[in-house]
Amino acid sequence: MEQEKNPIAITLREVNKWYGEFHVLKNLNLDVSRGERIVICGPSGSGKSTMIRCINRLEEHQKGQIIVDGIELNNDIKNIDQIRREVGMVFQHFNLFPHLTVLENCCLAPMWVRKIPRKEAEATAMEYLERVKIPHQAKKFPGQLSGGQQQRVAIARSLCMKPRIMLFDEPTSALDPEMIKEVLDTMIELAESGMTMLCVTHEMGFAKTVADRVIFMDGGEIIEMNPPDEFFNHPQHERTQLFLSQILAH
Amino acid sequence: MAIIVQSPSPSLPPPANTTGLMGWMRQNLFSTVGNSLLTVVLFVGIVSLLIPLVQWAFIDADWVGTTRDDCKSGGACWVFVNVHFQQFMYGLYPEAERWRVSLVAVILVITLAALMIPKIPGKKYIGIFALFFFPIVAFYLLVGNRFGLPHVETNLWGGLMLTLVIAIVGIVAALPLGILLALGRRSKMPIVRSVCIAFIEIWRGVPLITVLFMSSVMLPLFLPEGMDFDKLLRALVGITLFQSAYMAEVIRGGLQAIPKGQYEAASALGLNYWQSMYKVILPQALKMVIPGIVNTFISLFKDTSLVLIIGLFDLLAIVQAAFSNPKWLGFAVEGYVFAALVFWIFCFSMSRYSQHLEHKLRTTH
Ligand SMILES: Nc1ncnc2c1ncn2[C@@H]1O[C@H](COP(=O)(O)OP(=O)(O)O)[C@@H](O)[C@H]1O
Ligand SMILES: [Mg+2]
Repeated sequence: MEQEKNPIAITLREVNKWYGEFHVLKNLNLDVSRGERIVICGPSGSGKSTMIRCINRLEEHQKGQIIVDGIELNNDIKNIDQIRREVGMVFQHFNLFPHLTVLENCCLAPMWVRKIPRKEAEATAMEYLERVKIPHQAKKFPGQLSGGQQQRVAIARSLCMKPRIMLFDEPTSALDPEMIKEVLDTMIELAESGMTMLCVTHEMGFAKTVADRVIFMDGGEIIEMNPPDEFFNHPQHERTQLFLSQILAH
Repeated sequence: MAIIVQSPSPSLPPPANTTGLMGWMRQNLFSTVGNSLLTVVLFVGIVSLLIPLVQWAFIDADWVGTTRDDCKSGGACWVFVNVHFQQFMYGLYPEAERWRVSLVAVILVITLAALMIPKIPGKKYIGIFALFFFPIVAFYLLVGNRFGLPHVETNLWGGLMLTLVIAIVGIVAALPLGILLALGRRSKMPIVRSVCIAFIEIWRGVPLITVLFMSSVMLPLFLPEGMDFDKLLRALVGITLFQSAYMAEVIRGGLQAIPKGQYEAASALGLNYWQSMYKVILPQALKMVIPGIVNTFISLFKDTSLVLIIGLFDLLAIVQAAFSNPKWLGFAVEGYVFAALVFWIFCFSMSRYSQHLEHKLRTTH
């Protein structure tokens, strides 16, 4: 109940991370409200993936505070487990489990983590597969689907855990151009349903359509953070301008 | 409206002589002068070896009789195997109790068949029976001393029965142990990792024969007076630990081949370490290394014959004992051929089944 009232979904406070000597995240500060959609862009190697992977503890930050859904991420395994249950993640390379069918991919975590009976888990899974428009592929293995279909299954798989927050790490950059739209459409629909979303993506059309704020990262820092109108029409920083001119040029 | 009737255009004739026996031979055996020469040489070689072998093993062989005098034709004396067959199968297991061994074998065959034939339902329960109840049933049937069954000392066990007991116990115990060792070797916890590395490297570094010898000769020296545990049990422990070290390395190879994204996806979904291993990582890793696992099984199966060194009479040892008997001197070849054939049948079956399994578990095209 307490969490319901909490209007802040994610807080990053002075977050720092190093890979050995390499300072990959520098003093990140960010508050994400419940239901907010945030798009993160920036040149390759700027730390975008690292930042969102810190939010579900696939990477560990070394300094500062990350609070997700009112729970602070620290070495307490219980907190990590609880946060991972509430945070879904979609990867660039889908990372579906190739030895399981589409349906089994979707039911695995609900059954083992949330202890939901198989029947119920399957019903929920079919619901979400319908939402991403591939219910008839449920009995197939991931290797038998196209990239776009696989990514939509991956989204459905995350949604089956009924997360409050969804993280996307370049979900369309491994896809052939003709499949990008089907995945983006799925994401737009999800955004419209009120999900809290953090998306690393270079799809600026998507950012303009759904984002509440766009973040530009470079060299491990958040350089600029503004609503899309402001961000695209009046970029404040030189680096943002340069990046936008490069990415919008082609 | 016109209806166009179009007869299918006639298919082209096949390119000359690539089908049929002649075509196949021309393509595969006699494509060049060099290949033709090689084909002829190999053909002559094989035939000149095969003819005397067939002659010896079948045409000139003696099959029935009771003593060596029944072998007069100059070929193989299968009478030797025939007479000793029971002994080769059961060792010195008391004749009156041999039905117990046969019963265990029958239950085992039925259980395995039920596990392997896809159409039979309830695999989960059969598996539970095979892993947890069958060993108990087999133990009491073979050892006895309970339920009115007379006790049969393990030093009377022998022949194929002993070979199978050692091989099956070894296989069933080495696989899970190997999995744990492989996981331990990749663990983030330094102590677990070091212990597993040390264990694996020590066992891989010593020959099995040394392990067996130590288990039977040296171990009793360290044990307190009067505490003596079964020689067979010691051999089983030695073989299991030895093979689990090899198994661990095979499985580690599979674990390493699983992309990092699989671990990350499992973690991101909230699965804990054991859940992601059990449901996501191991099924893929084990499937990938089936050939290596079965290879280890096969080598374990064949290594069982080393228990001879500590005075256990497996199939090979008992065959050797039989042809060392003055009454049957001179039939070593028949004995070895028979033993080899039995070993080959088991090992080849395992190999074929593994190929079948690999094919069945393939999920991508
Ligand atoms: N496991 C790692 N060890 C060392 N350096 C890493 C590791 N992962 C990422 N990096 C480095 O950290 C930087 C940021 O990476 P990343 O967050 O993946 O960037 P982005 O997603 O913005 O392209 C890159 O320079 C990358 O080389
Ligand atoms: Mg990245």
